[in-house]
Amino acid sequence: MSKRIGVEVSIAAAEAVGLCDVDVIAAYPITPQTHIVEHLSEMVAEGHLDAEFIPVESEHSAMSCCIGSSAAGARTFTSTSSQGYALMSEICFIASSMRLPIVMAVANRALSAPISIWNDHADLMYSRDSGWIQTIGENGQEVVDLLIHAFKVAEDHRVMLPVTVNLDGFTLSHVIEPIMLPDKAEVAAYLPRYKAPLRLDPKNPVSFGPVGMPDVYTEARKAQDEALKAAKPVIIEAWKEFGDKFGRYYKPVETYKAEDAETIIITMGSISETAATAIDHLREQGKKVGLVRIRLWRPFPGTELVEAIKGAKNIAVLDRVCSFNGGEISGPVCLEVKSLLFDRGMNPKVMNFIAGLGGRDVTVQNFEEMVEKASNGAAPTPYEIINVRE
Amino acid sequence: MVEIRFHGRGGQGAVTSAELTALAAIEEGKYAQAFPSFGPERRGAPVMAFVRISENPIRTREKVYEPDIVVVLDPTLLKLVNVEAGLKQGGTVIVNTHKPVDELRKETGLKAKLATVDASTIAVETMRVPITNTTMLGALLKATGLLPLQSLRAPIDHRFGPIADKNMTACTRAFEETKVEG
Repeated sequence: MSKRIGVEVSIAAAEAVGLCDVDVIAAYPITPQTHIVEHLSEMVAEGHLDAEFIPVESEHSAMSCCIGSSAAGARTFTSTSSQGYALMSEICFIASSMRLPIVMAVANRALSAPISIWNDHADLMYSRDSGWIQTIGENGQEVVDLLIHAFKVAEDHRVMLPVTVNLDGFTLSHVIEPIMLPDKAEVAAYLPRYKAPLRLDPKNPVSFGPVGMPDVYTEARKAQDEALKAAKPVIIEAWKEFGDKFGRYYKPVETYKAEDAETIIITMGSISETAATAIDHLREQGKKVGLVRIRLWRPFPGTELVEAIKGAKNIAVLDRVCSFNGGEISGPVCLEVKSLLFDRGMNPKVMNFIAGLGGRDVTVQNFEEMVEKASNGAAPTPYEIINVRE
Repeated sequence: MVEIRFHGRGGQGAVTSAELTALAAIEEGKYAQAFPSFGPERRGAPVMAFVRISENPIRTREKVYEPDIVVVLDPTLLKLVNVEAGLKQGGTVIVNTHKPVDELRKETGLKAKLATVDASTIAVETMRVPITNTTMLGALLKATGLLPLQSLRAPIDHRFGPIADKNMTACTRAFEETKVEG
């Protein structure tokens, strides 16, 4: 039976990983780490979780260790943030290309300098093209559920790709809230033991990740691209099965009061809850506005997103990162949206706001102002950074 | 929805106060959020922590700007911090002080409805440490009637283990000794 508990989201994330009966956790346990691996190390030390906890000397080593463990056929988890994620990134690309089903929780935090430990999506965008499946949770419940779902998807033989579950640093990772935690038997019924299709075994030697000469590299890349494309239906299928078992249903793209909306704001992550409250306020004033939230970032849910926004005249896209592109094009999430619309010959007005950098609060009122501005088609293109002291 | 802001100094347990309040509310079947004023933890520096409690799911992640209730764990902060900032009309400020309300108001110029308790003395007498986090929760519940005192039992047991009883005693004594205006 699931039980409802009050718990810090990082602790709940660790508990979820424990429920998945993970075999190996490798992590570098200092800033910018969260309580996720700290709590997992306690669970292992106190004998609540039968797993190997390997404290390593850097995030680069953490992911290297995860690669070895996953290639040996073990269910493998790690967690990181911001600078740690950046240091790890070289190995992240190898994990996905070697098709290893590692699961990682990323508490999204800003990249330095100036030194920041606070929330934005710089690390998420920096790792965008790493070949991992990437989902983003809105609240603690979703983080728990996405982690269980992540192992199910990653280890599916039709997928065999690593997955990151993103949660906003501090604004989600350090918040206490009520969460339904399933029990181990329920999770085991959803998530069978991992059976690696191919694994490192001294009795049956294989090579992972050898040199790819120019005569095979393109084919290897195409194969990996196809694998990520083919993952989307499995991701959706695994969410359906999750919903049938646990009663909480998830989709790649979530809509809120968007069906008849003339103006839609597109968001990702926990900030979407604040945006939903702003939409409620504006709806009370009779304004036809709605919210669309992207839960699945890679593979990008183009079809689902177009379906969600196709009726809108004005679209505001929120980016949580400054992408330093020279200022003649929009931020990264907005670029994806514009590309989608252009390819389909659709031409609503698309506006781009950049907000919530390095922990700057984005309030309900901020959202109301952004949506109002978008309703009037008044936001400057290609983007506007809001809440800046001049 | 009720919003609460705790003022303390790093190490005094303001964050723990916020967490225990949210956990007690969740224990009672309500919805709640607790979060610190995110930042590097520095012992002795002024810190804040926040709680939201609601009968319905809470759909906002913005900081608490207009609290209904403010709890001040350390009276020396009254000279440094405007603890009434953003306080809603009709809101309450709950202060750890040995001074009578009149004297406190005269000294600090606080305008809101006040509740006072000598939490430092209670904490030292019951727990032998001047940490007022659980003690001030007794004052919070007395002044607001937000939750039954017993709702703190399970969260305090879970958090403090062998010293849970002493914390509960301090909390209960504060509940009994808190003076609420009006």
